Order: sequence, then structure tokens, then C-alpha cells
Amino acid sequence: MSNQKKEKHTISVLVNDEPGALARVIGLFSGRGYNIDSLTVAPVNLSKKHSRIIIVTSGTKIIIEQIIHSLERLIQVKKVIDLTSSNSTNERELALVKIIPKTNKVNLLKKTVKKYKAKLIFNNSRKYAFEITNSPSIINSFIIELNKIGTIDVSRTGLIAILKE
Amino acid sequence: MNGAKIVLKTLVDQGVDIIFGYPGGATLPIYDELFKQNKLKHILVRHEQGAVHAAEGYARSSGKVGVVCVTSGPGATNCVTGLADAYMDSIPIICLTGQVPTKLIGNDAFQEADTTGITRPVTKHNYLVKNVKDLEKIIHEAFAVAKSGRPGPVLIDLPKDVLNEEYNKYKGKSKIKEINFKPTTNLDAGLTKKVIQLILKAKKPIFYCGGGVINSGVEASKILTKLINKTKFPCTNTLMGLGCFPAIDKQFIGMLGMHGTYEANLAMHDSDLIIAVGARFDDRVTGNLSKFSPYAKKIHIDIDPSSINKNVKVDIALIGDVKKIINSIYIELIKKKSLLKFNNIEKWWNQINTWKKKNCLGYKKINYPIKPQYAIQRLYELTKDKDCFITTGVGQHQMWAAQYYKFNKPNRWMTSGGLGTMGYGLPAAIGAQIANPNKLVVDVDGEASFLMTMQELSTICQYKLPVKIFIVNNRWMGMVRQWQELIHGGRYSESYTESLPDFVKLAESFGIIGLKAERSTEVDKVIKEMIKIKKPVLLDMVVDQKENCFPMIPSGAAHNEILLGPEDQTDETINEEGMVLV
Repeated sequence: MSNQKKEKHTISVLVNDEPGALARVIGLFSGRGYNIDSLTVAPVNLSKKHSRIIIVTSGTKIIIEQIIHSLERLIQVKKVIDLTSSNSTNERELALVKIIPKTNKVNLLKKTVKKYKAKLIFNNSRKYAFEITNSPSIINSFIIELNKIGTIDVSRTGLIAILKE
Repeated sequence: MNGAKIVLKTLVDQGVDIIFGYPGGATLPIYDELFKQNKLKHILVRHEQGAVHAAEGYARSSGKVGVVCVTSGPGATNCVTGLADAYMDSIPIICLTGQVPTKLIGNDAFQEADTTGITRPVTKHNYLVKNVKDLEKIIHEAFAVAKSGRPGPVLIDLPKDVLNEEYNKYKGKSKIKEINFKPTTNLDAGLTKKVIQLILKAKKPIFYCGGGVINSGVEASKILTKLINKTKFPCTNTLMGLGCFPAIDKQFIGMLGMHGTYEANLAMHDSDLIIAVGARFDDRVTGNLSKFSPYAKKIHIDIDPSSINKNVKVDIALIGDVKKIINSIYIELIKKKSLLKFNNIEKWWNQINTWKKKNCLGYKKINYPIKPQYAIQRLYELTKDKDCFITTGVGQHQMWAAQYYKFNKPNRWMTSGGLGTMGYGLPAAIGAQIANPNKLVVDVDGEASFLMTMQELSTICQYKLPVKIFIVNNRWMGMVRQWQELIHGGRYSESYTESLPDFVKLAESFGIIGLKAERSTEVDKVIKEMIKIKKPVLLDMVVDQKENCFPMIPSGAAHNEILLGPEDQTDETINEEGMVLV
């Protein structure tokens, strides 16, 4: 069973917004040595006090099945969806990138930003900050290009997706 | 009414009458309320680990939830082993822990520990109660969580200010809603039919039954027994499942796994259909996974979806309460009367009977020293009519008890299966005795396991519990020594139990009667005497130091590579792959 191929899976976990809920979900991964590649958490239903945790992890089919069943077993977990195996939207992520461009590369910066449809959210003499929402891989290449233009600092939300139905 | 009183009233509403605990600063409000009432009896243990094991023994021998009450900090951390034990063996426990006042949490206050943080991985769920108005609801919910689905321990952390706070909106018993957490089942007629098909077609079938049957209740064992008797299939039990199918039934072929019988393990290996009921394909059962039951179709009946396909891929998974599923299979099967001829499995039984002829549990009986197997065999013969409850520590004595004591009813066998906690036996016997005051409760212990929790002798003395302590004393951490012999060239590193006390004098110092036997001819006499005395007795059974526990499937080996005795031991007994396994 262990020599099966590893796959990346995005898992959506709807939890009661209670203390310890996130810790239990995360503890389940760390306690069994499963990796978390990306993690987001935010309240999604204020009246019912539900939060959604979106986790990207990788493992064989059997490991992923195990992870999902173990998550479902947690008392605070309402619903678990394997977004990768269901009909879900493309994965999206938001990044904020701050840059101090090299003086001779301000024009290139403007071109690149336009190419990626990033939004200027802050500009102070030599410092710029942009917001970009896209797939994680496009955000990666945006960051790589900006890295060549100047000194950068990055904040990313981690990826999210949603079921189409 | 203050928080502490609400705690106690809610416990009474839940039908609790016994609490195992140890007081301390943070739980003083609870202990003050305990003093003022007479519905709850508190059993004062001598160490918090003992409180949890006692609650486990109580729960496992009665089918009820065990309740523990300990203080903050060290009180809570001392419980961790017991909670982990209950978690691994799926035992319903409620553990109330004191906590420093909410204002002080995180301040490194005296006797503060992050109890919910520390116990999160070893509890089914835990709560930190921050407001007295949530208290009643949380306690009811905790009981529901502990009991429902696959049972387990639930911890409730109670800050001292919450216990002291006044609150007058206590709802009471009438407001309890039956909550069943996460009921999952996929039981449907189609799946049942498939199962019946496999049962009818099988030529080498076997039932493999575990602790899940016992957790499903006494009724589950009865229906399972009817089903197995109807099919005429052989049945093997796991360590946790002993008693769910009567050991004296001629379809029972013994425990399986690392120290299971030759016939049970070979039958598992050669079978063409395994029906796993409330068992989880634990590594002690399967041996080398890549060589596990290569020819068998596998049906897995379990309440916990995460146990399915965890270690072994199965062909059909039936998720839900064992009792219900077994019952629906049974009902479906008796409809098929005409098809039930079972000529199919005659050859299979012939094969199994050939394996049985190996007499894998045979040993050479001599007068001196006493063979440990003989001691336990005699214990069984002399107590078998007494509906005896047995608890154990962990190690060779535990395996011998599992092999030579025949359990015919569920809830009679309490042992630390998953976690393998040495020292489990004595406190668990206390719990079992309190749940069954007029029954014979015997802690079959090892001298090393016993030393780990022997402070509970004081508890036994205080409550005049007629617990019998049957120490299989071979002066070694026998199982460690056995592995050192098999794997590490007989380098007995730190496994000799040096400087043992005089157990008889030790017992006497607690007001407990001490007996001792060193020769086989004395065994019956001391066991009879032990049973006759209606008080606690410690029996120091001094046994052969060199005896090892067989049969044994060495780690990394398959079921059919089982060793029957020392003559099978060779230098290549355990390969490199096996050496890294536990």
C-alpha cells in the first residue's frame, strides 16, 4: 500500500468556531506526520459560528482517505470535503507583495504588474505594494519575476476553493 | 448553587454513583460539595494514574462510563497515561480536572498546566469551561461523546473560579437530550446480501472478533455467538475481544496474533474469508502486513470509519454498531436455511484440527520451579465456576493469562491492549471490584508491573476491597528479557527486577493477607486459600525465571512463520526488517 503514488489534495473542513477546533485539526496532521502545504481558516457563517479550514496536503490515496475519516471523527468537525476529488472551482489565492525596485527597473515593474493584473494598493516614494488574486502557480511566477526587479516582501493567504454545486 | 454543586448534580443526573479521584487546591470546591452530599461515592486513590485505570476497570466490567476527578497541574498530567490507555482501548471515561482561575490561565500560576493542550491527542474530545452557565450542557455533552460511536475518554477542565461562581439556572435531569454524536452507518440490504453470498461460498472462512463487540454491549456478544454457531465457522478473538465468544465453545480456536495459538494464526493465514467484527487489524494481530492473509476476501464490521482500510485493505466494509449489523446478517442468514449445508467447510475443520494437534500451548510441567502457565491454568480451573473478573499488567504474565484463562462472557477480562500500560492491573481490579462488589476479582500481575502502581494497595485496604493479587513472579521484566534473548544475543540490559520486596510482608504492612508458593504441589492449596478468604489477598507465585511466552510470531514475520517453542529459535529468527519494529 505504501508504494502508491502521492497526490496533492485540497481538503475543506467546516468546523464549529470553538477554542481548540483548529488545534485538533492541525494536531491530527502533526501527530501522524502528515504534511500541511497550505492552510487557511476564517469564519464563514457568523450566526451558526462555523469556520472553514482549507488544508492542502499530500499523500497516497489511502492516506488521504484516512485523513478524511479521521477529520470526520472529530467532534467539532461538521463536514469534510475533498475538493480535489469533487467538482470544485479552480484554486485561488491572494498575495500582497511589497517591492523596492532597482532604480533602472521601475518600468519593467509596471509592465510586469500589468501583465499579471496585479492591483497597486500602496505607493510611497520608492516602495510599492501590490495585491494579486490568482492560482498559486501564477502567483509563484509573479513573485519570481518581481524578485528579479527589486527587494520584495510577500504575504500570502494560502489557497482556497469551493464546490461548484 | 455554585459551579461545583452543578458538576455533582449533573453527574448524578447522568446516573453516576462512583467517582475515582484525588483532591487538590483547584478542585477544593468540588470536594467541599462532595462532603455535603451522599449520592456520589468518592474512591480516594493514591495516584491519579490509578484513578483513571480504576475508572477503566469500572467501565469495562460494568459497561458504564467511568468518572475521574483530579486537581490541576500534576493531578492532570498524572492522568495522561490513563487517558491514553483509555483512548487506545476505546473505553468511555469522563475526566474532570481542576484548573487555575481563568484570570491566571497562561500566567504560570501554581499547579498550572495546559491540560487541554497536553491531553488533546489522548482524548476523544476535551473542554475548557470558561463560563459557569455552560457547565451543565458541557458535562451532558461530554457523556454523550464518551459513550457514542467508538467510545473514548473525554476531559473537562474546570477553572476554580467557575467552580466557585454562583449560577441559579440549573436545568436538571428532565432537560437531558439523548445526543448521539456522529452516528455513521452504511448498513443496507445490498451490502448484507453481498456478505451472505461470501459466507455461503466460503470454503476456509474465519471470524476474527475484537473489543468492538464488547463495547457494543452484552447483547452483541449473544447475537455474535448465535451467528457463529449458525455458520459453524471457526472463531478467533483478539486480546481485547476475549470473552465476546465463549472460549469453551468448540468453534473457538484461541486468540490470534503475536502470542496467539498456532491454529488461529495458521487459519488466518490460509483462510479465504475473514469476517472482522469490531477489530482493527492491529500490528500485533496482522504480523507482517505484506504477508497477511494473502488469499482471503475480507469483510470488516466496525463503528469507526477511520479504522476501515487503515492497515489492511478490505473488500466489504460495514460501518455501524456491531450489534445491529451482526443481527441483520443473522436474520438474513437464517432465511437462507435451504442453502446452509456447510459441507463446504468440513475440509477446513479437518485442517484446523490437524493444526490443533500441535498442542501449541503445551508446556513441560515440573514441580520446581512452578511453570507460569501451570499457575494460570490452575487459577482458571479453580475459579471457572465463580464468574471471575480478571485484570492484568503488561508482559509475559498478561499473554499467559490471555492464553490459559478461558473467558466465556464479555466484560470479564480487563487488560491494557493498545497502549500496553504496565501497572494497569491493580487499579483496574479496584474499579472492577467496586462495580461488582460480590464477585471474585483477580489481578493477574507481573512483579514488575505490580511495582508500578502498588501504592493502590492502600486504596484496597481503605475500602476493604476483597481484590486478589496474583503475582506471577519471575523476577524479570519477562517480555523485555524474551526479546533481548531473541533479538539482542541474550544481553539482558536492565531487565532483571533487582531488589524486590518481600511481597508477603509488603501485603501484611497494608493489612492485606500475603501468601506464597514456590512448588507446583503448593499451587492448588494457595489458590484455594486465596479464594476462600473474603478479604484482599496477595499471592506471590514464584515461577520459573527462564520461561518464555510461546507461540510467538516474531516481529516482521507472517502468521505461518510462528515459533512454537524455544527449539524453533535460531539466530535468524528475526530479520533486519523485524528488528526495527516494536
